[in-house]
Amino acid sequence: MFKKLTLAALVAFGLAGGAHAAGGEAHVEDFKFSFEGPFGTWDQNQLQRGLKVYTEICSACHGLQYVPLRDLEQLGYSEEQVIAYAANFEVFDEELDDFRPAKPTDHFPAVTSVGAPDLSLMAKARAGFHGPYGLGINQLFKGMGGAEYIASLLTGYTGEEKEEAGTILYENTAFPGGWISMAPPLYGEDVEFDDGHSNSLHHEAEDLAAFLMWTAEPKMMQRQQAGFVGVFFLVVLSVLLYLVNKRIWAPIKRKPTA
Amino acid sequence: MAGIPHDHYEPKTGGEKWLHSRLPIVGLLYDTIMIPTPKNLNWMWIWGIVLTFCLVLQIATGVVLVMHYTPHVDLAFASIEHIMRNVNGGHFIRYLHMNGASLFFVAVYAHIFRGLYYGSYKAPREVTWIIGMLIYLCMMGTAFMGYVLPWGQMSFWGATVITGLFGAIPFIGEPIQTWLLGGPAVDNATLNRFFSLHYLLPMVIAALVALHIWAFHTTGNNNPTGVEVRRGSKAEAEKDTVPFWPYYVIKDLLALAVILAVFFAIVGFMPNYLGHPDNYIEANPLATPAHIVPEWYFLPFYAILRAFTSDVWLVQLASFVTGGIIDAKFFGVLAMFGAIIVMALAPWLDTSSVRSGRYRPMFKWWFWLLVIDFFALMWLGAMPAEEPYASFSLIASAYWFAYFLVILPLLGVIEKPLPQPDTIEADFDAHYPPKDEAKGAGAATPAE
Repeated sequence: MFKKLTLAALVAFGLAGGAHAAGGEAHVEDFKFSFEGPFGTWDQNQLQRGLKVYTEICSACHGLQYVPLRDLEQLGYSEEQVIAYAANFEVFDEELDDFRPAKPTDHFPAVTSVGAPDLSLMAKARAGFHGPYGLGINQLFKGMGGAEYIASLLTGYTGEEKEEAGTILYENTAFPGGWISMAPPLYGEDVEFDDGHSNSLHHEAEDLAAFLMWTAEPKMMQRQQAGFVGVFFLVVLSVLLYLVNKRIWAPIKRKPTA
Repeated sequence: MAGIPHDHYEPKTGGEKWLHSRLPIVGLLYDTIMIPTPKNLNWMWIWGIVLTFCLVLQIATGVVLVMHYTPHVDLAFASIEHIMRNVNGGHFIRYLHMNGASLFFVAVYAHIFRGLYYGSYKAPREVTWIIGMLIYLCMMGTAFMGYVLPWGQMSFWGATVITGLFGAIPFIGEPIQTWLLGGPAVDNATLNRFFSLHYLLPMVIAALVALHIWAFHTTGNNNPTGVEVRRGSKAEAEKDTVPFWPYYVIKDLLALAVILAVFFAIVGFMPNYLGHPDNYIEANPLATPAHIVPEWYFLPFYAILRAFTSDVWLVQLASFVTGGIIDAKFFGVLAMFGAIIVMALAPWLDTSSVRSGRYRPMFKWWFWLLVIDFFALMWLGAMPAEEPYASFSLIASAYWFAYFLVILPLLGVIEKPLPQPDTIEADFDAHYPPKDEAKGAGAATPAE
């Protein structure tokens, strides 16, 4: 039963994707995120707000099956807070052969009840920018645009609906093909943020997209740091090798040695 | 061939002599590292070191990744996420491995086109060229199978499409495809054998690399003039060459450091730029992606594969002549492999007696057109199979074949080459003139 539903949803997605190939460019707004660029960093408050949006809204249909709950400590939560948060979820324990409250060592549960895709990697599984001429060069400057795609999708509903083969589709300016089977999940003021941040639709979408970027690439900061270390040492090494190379070749090239 | 005359390793101490008479390995290493190398090599001669580094990098990172990867259709995708999240430094090692494949192909394409421009494939270096082509084929196989291992959507559908090519072979195609896949479709058996072969082929590449180096150390390096090093005597050879150590070791390391700085910037700041987002979706045999696009380094040949559709007259002719045995699909497969075979046959298709493109005024233009053609095919390979891309693909594919099968043989006959320098030394001295004033002053002094 669920498999059939999943299949139906996937076919619907596939058809919509096919329509995009035939024409009609989806619009993805270039949101500004704190983690963008080589010097970008996570905005921890934003990630916490995004987690709240996910927990209260998205988790009803979408799972985060690849994300260990203990990783939430990276968002600034204490061990006790993570234990308490994890207990909100039920997971199946093979040893008990029964469901039990989740522990930090578990992952977020996979949610397959309505055939909605898992969101763990969604921010890397979508590219917001493809141009110019399909070359993808603008990704060099704007980034892949996965988080931008998610935020644009959540704010991209036009309010139009249509029924197709028994499924209601909703018009969305960011979705390839223009019609998506997911009903608008956010309208603005859906959650109250603990830090008093604006909960307009725009801000909720942005915070959730940032959180999903974190779930997709939790090691982004470590990766950038390793990149900096690598580039720094290689640049220093290049300068030294340049000087050595110049020096040893000077007699061969009959140039003065300094 | 005796090779370029140079000093050989002489064991001095008792211990060295003892080992040398039993296993002359120190002598082998010494002769390899001290090999006389033309002193006029330009910056296009650095790619060999970059490629060697890539092979080592891929094997080193790959060995670590294997420790944490699970080759099973239900677990592979999750085990990659395990590497990305839980393994210490795993995310960076995986991104190095992923992007290392791209660096490998950037370097190999630069290396191949360097060879094509300077005529490095010509006698007596045909064997080096053929071994190089075999390495390139093994690299493609390795990269293709490696891309299947994460078991994402592109992994699965790429594997389905590419192994489907073998199904296009007449009569025996389907059994071959089933044999390759280990079943009727891409499944667990396929993943397991690809995993095994992905680990095996790099070892084959390493062995071929050793042969490649052995071959060109026997003939000596080509160089930008295409003029051979003089071998009459050691003194003569030394005017044309410098020992590999330290001159080219340091120069190559400099180039490698600069290239790796860019590489680390890509790995650190935009590691997924060259990948396809769909591969972060777990493989699903029931959902075909809207576009199935191979990795960028396969795109030129993928474009050639797709270019020959059933409405092309050549394809219709082939189908008519063979009584329908060669259909459009099989023709495309033949064209794709043929594109690499004609390149491998370049030593016998190029009739010009002049080696380096530097002294071939007409060849130059056709060569640069081939480079543009290569990038055009790369772009077209990523475009949907529809007009106007289909027509462009056909034209670009036609030029690829025309270059090797028509232009190279004809140019040797009709082209009037420019004069070549007599020796490498003469060319080098033209760039770095000897200090005549110093010599003149020195010569004048005794006369006074």
